[in-house]
This record gives sequence, structure tokens and C-alpha cells, in this order.
Amino acid sequence: MNLVSLLLNILLDGVAYAMILFMISVGLSISLGLMRVVNMAHGAFAMLGGYITIAVMNQMKVPFEVAVIAAIVATAIISIPLETFLIRKVYGRNELDQALLTIGIAFVVIAGVNSVTGANISVIKLPYYLNGSIDLGFRSLPTDRLVVIVLGLVVTVALWFFVERSAFGVKLRAAVDNAAMAEAVKINTSRLYVISFALGAALAALGGIAGASLLPMEPTYALKYLVLFLAVVAVGGHGTLFGSFLAAVILGIIDTATKYLAPEYSSIAFFATMLIVLAVRPQGLLGANGAKS
Amino acid sequence: MKTLSRLMLAVAAAAGSAIASPASAEAVKVGIIAPFSGPSAIFGQYWRAAMDAYRAINGDTAGGQPIDYVYRDLPGPNPAAAKALAQELIIKEHVSYLGGIVYTPNALAIAPLAEEARVPTVIFNAAACSVLQQSKYLVRVSYTLPQVSGPIAKYALDQKLMNIVTMVADFGPGIDADNAFTAQFTAGGGTIADHERIPLSTTDFTPFAQSAKAKSPQAIYAFMPGGPSLFGLIKAYQNNGLAQAGIRFLGSDMDERDLVALGDSAVGLESGSFYSASHDSDVNRAFVSKLPPDIHANPASVEGYDGLHVIYKMIEASKGRSDPDVAINAAKGLAWESPRGPVSISPATRDIVQNVYIREVMKVATGVINRELRTFPAQPDNCTKK
Repeated sequence: MNLVSLLLNILLDGVAYAMILFMISVGLSISLGLMRVVNMAHGAFAMLGGYITIAVMNQMKVPFEVAVIAAIVATAIISIPLETFLIRKVYGRNELDQALLTIGIAFVVIAGVNSVTGANISVIKLPYYLNGSIDLGFRSLPTDRLVVIVLGLVVTVALWFFVERSAFGVKLRAAVDNAAMAEAVKINTSRLYVISFALGAALAALGGIAGASLLPMEPTYALKYLVLFLAVVAVGGHGTLFGSFLAAVILGIIDTATKYLAPEYSSIAFFATMLIVLAVRPQGLLGANGAKS
Repeated sequence: MKTLSRLMLAVAAAAGSAIASPASAEAVKVGIIAPFSGPSAIFGQYWRAAMDAYRAINGDTAGGQPIDYVYRDLPGPNPAAAKALAQELIIKEHVSYLGGIVYTPNALAIAPLAEEARVPTVIFNAAACSVLQQSKYLVRVSYTLPQVSGPIAKYALDQKLMNIVTMVADFGPGIDADNAFTAQFTAGGGTIADHERIPLSTTDFTPFAQSAKAKSPQAIYAFMPGGPSLFGLIKAYQNNGLAQAGIRFLGSDMDERDLVALGDSAVGLESGSFYSASHDSDVNRAFVSKLPPDIHANPASVEGYDGLHVIYKMIEASKGRSDPDVAINAAKGLAWESPRGPVSISPATRDIVQNVYIREVMKVATGVINRELRTFPAQPDNCTKK
């Protein structure tokens, strides 16, 4: 293919892949940045979002749209007792304890799903208007990819408004910057934590559903793709919305470009990029300087 | 440490053959090494269910000999663990036969043990050409890539698909599939426009599908491991307009498990394989009927069925005694009607000789199936001596 269509392909497919990565990872970035908890169970929430959607659609025969909303809400609700009774216990402790606990949660979720569905992949049946592809003139783009790109941009803008402009967002940023001072001005930090954890879980669920055409639902999903999400957060810097966005776009485009130009190296390009960024800027592209818990 | 276990193996082998115990009611022990946990747990689950199905049809005893099964979990390619498990089964559990094994590295690690302890081993899956040469006590009931790719290439040539792009997973079996297909295809006058090597960890297949489309081939030949990778590739094929552009899909399998996930969207996809669940025979219908509802009849489960058949025949021939040479000789040349069709074990290579079918996905009342279009009978394993 000629150079122009090659570049357009890389841009289009790269951004589509990036939006999926972003939507799943942004929740992890926020909860990591806010609560300083290494949450390895994040992939499990994305997975729960997908599986609950499938279960609700099959068992209760509701339309796709209703099932998606129900799954996002249900995942957020499930995350609340997990945060209150389990994860809160390791807030002050070292990262290894946090990682071990949250990986344990991920394993439990994997085993639970495996016992219910078996080791096969499960597919979310998209409604008719999301199937097929759209003809863009120079090539066709699957409809669900286009929807994901739009959704990713909408989520970015919505989150930005929420974090920068809303009262909750102000308190969130205050607690991130200085938890002790936030407590001193009567900001209820523990309620803040629960809400932002649930928000992160809800975003993960949305990302899992949106990305299901790319990352299909299977019991090992929670840990299999965790590396991708962690890479996005590491490259972007934790606690920053635009950091995740930027990292996802960069990683997505580099990964897609190598797939077109040098496919044998495409799996290494993703992680090589991460290595280079972290070597130059260990806190991530937009991470706060010297932010160590 | 290594010398000690080798000494123990030699003693066990000597003791086993010296004490030719009379055919007694003491059960013959069979050790099965397979993944029962982890991402490949499908194999262990399906093999176990298929073996139960075989026993439901053929009885629990082989030639009157009762059998004890010992299962060991080997979740992935791990030669050290494979060797340790085989050692444990041979020395501690005193198995007379080994079965199972998904991954070639594991098979290669177990082969020297089978040779030294003289334990007939039926390989249910590990499909690389080099495996069976490692020990004269190995028999295989799965397939090889040259065996299956050859007929697909011939079918492509017959269908006048002269320009093809291959899209294979970038690992041993994928590259073998690419080489086997290419050799046969180009020998018949076809041209390969591009060899696409897709990393195993790929989740987004769109770039590869677009690159293939840009070369305007008449078809693509695809080999990906079953599960999310094959599913992703097929989705990319469908969503990027390759079918509309007149590019046909020739797969190196279309696992019935993936068909369930793909549903109606898979209709029309062609593939070549040694087993289709819809194969029209009484033996196959009996096999499928005995499988529990969550276990699909597919190439993996039929491997378990046929593997146990070979073990049964070896036990019958050696009358329950531990007589490895009699057992292996009984396996060589063994012929039977498998759910796949008529099969036999080649005396020269100890590999399975079987029909290879070209299938097309078709919609029927119960869902989608692989419908057999054409049969290439009695294909040998086609592993050329390197």
C-alpha cells in the first residue's frame, strides 16, 4: 500500500487500539495515583464488566445497552466491599504486600469465573448497529472500533470535567496532593477513597466491555492483559488523566506501526517503548516529579 | 542426583522385566500427564472426558485387565517439570504406560525416560516432527503440520487460488505450518504473496488483516493456536472487508469451541483438519453422545479417545504384564475406526496415518458446524528425515 494510506492505517488502527487501552487503564491510574495502592486486581474488574454483561444478556434477556449499564454499576458495587474490607487494610503497607493481596483477589476472580464458564472464551453479542464495518473511502473500519474511539474521547472529556471542575474533583485532587491537610479541612478521605475506587472499577468495566472485541473474555483475562494496563500507567505516570491518554496513544500507535512495518518486532516494540520512557523519565511522561509514597 | 535417578530407573526397568508377573487381577497403571490448570486446561479436561467416553463405550477393562489411571498436572511447556512428573509416575507410582502430553518441549524431555525405563508412551498431542524419533517406545495419535497442510495446499490449487498470503503465529508450530503449506503450494505452481508472522501475544489483528488485503491475494492461509488468537484473526478477517474483497479464508483448523464463540459469522470459512464433530459415522455419533454437555467434540477430545484406544490395545496384547516390546509392537500397524474416520499407526514412524478433510462452516438447526467437503485419505505424517 502507498505511504499515505499506510500512515492513515497506522493512525486509525493505532488510535482505536489506544482508546481501548486508555479506557481500561485510566481507572488504574487514578486509583494508583490517589490511594497509592498497587492494584493488580484491576484487570479483574474489566473482566467482571464483560462477564456480567454476558450473564445479564443471556439470563435476563435484556438488550445490550441495559446490560452494559447494569454491568458497570454492578462492578462498581462489587468493588466497594472489596475496598472497605480487604484493600483498605494494606494502604499503609509496602508495595509487595499490596501487590500480593490484589493479585490474590485476581486469582480468586479467575478461579471463580473458570468454575462457572469453563476455560472457553465468551463473546458479547453486539447489537446490529455495532456489527459490520463503515466505509471510509480509502478503507473500511469496523463499526465497533469507531464507537470505541468516540467513546474514549467522550470519557476523556467527561473525566476531565469531573476531576478539574466538579466539587468532588477538587477534593480528590486535594487528597492526592496532601492527604493530611485534606483531612484537616474536614474532607472525608476514606469516603473519597471508596468512591474513587468504585469509579476506577466502573471505568475498568466499561473498558473491558468496549475492548471485548479485541481482548475477548476468558477466565485468565484478569492477569493476561494486566501487563498492558500497567505499562500504560507506568509510561503515563500515575494519578494523571492526560498521562494515561498520552501513554495509551503513544504505545498504541507504536505497537500498530510496528505491526504494519516490522511485524516480528511488534510485541517487543510496546515494551521497548516503556523501557525507554522509564529510563529517561522514571515517573512517567506526566507523572508528578519525585512523587514517591 | 542425576546419576542416582538414572540408576533407580535402570533398576526399576530391570526389576519390571525380570519379574514377569502372571496376568493377575492387579490393575495396570496408566499415567496421564496433561494441563489441568492454567490457560491450556482445556486439553486436560477434554482428554479426561473423552477417555471416560471411550470407557463408557468399550468398558473399563482392556482384555479383561482392570486399569488404574494416575493424572498429573503439567500446565505449560516446562521440560524440567515434565521430566520430574514422568519420573515420579514411573518410579513411585509404577505406571506401565504413559499418556497425554500437549507440548513438544515436554515430550522431548520425557522421551529419554520412556526409552530408558522402557515405558510405552502414547503422545496425545505434541505434534512436532522430531518427537517420535527420540525413543522407540513413543506412539502418537494427534497429527503433524505437513500431514494437514499438504491437503490444504492441494485444495487451494484445485480451487485455482494461485496467489495466497500466509498468516501464521510466530512460533514453532506456526512456522512449521507456513513452511509445510508453502512447500506444497509452490510445488504445485502457486505463489505466496507474503508470509505474515504474527506474534503470539497479539490482540489486535487489524494491521495484519489490512496488510494482507493490500496484497490482493485470492485467499489467506491462517494458522493460529485455537482460542483468543484464532478468534481475533477471524474477527479481523471479517471486519476488514477481506471476504467482500473476494479473499477466501483457508484455516489450518476451525476448532468447534471457537465455532460456538463465532456463531453465524463463521459461515463460509474453510479449513483443513483431521477431525470434524459432524463426521458422519456411527463411531463418531457414539463418541459425541457420550461426551458431557460442556465438552465439545473437537480435535482435542478425539485425541483423548484414540490415545486411550492405543493404550487399551497395548494392554490387551501384553496381557496385563509389563512387556514393553510386545506392547509397542502391537501398536505398530494397529488400525481402527476412530471417530475421525479410519486411522492406523505407521509401523515405521509410529505416527498416526489418517484422513485429512477440507471443511466449510455451515449453518444447521443446532448452530454452526464444520461440514466435510472433501477427503484426502490415509495421509502419512510427511515428516521428511532431516
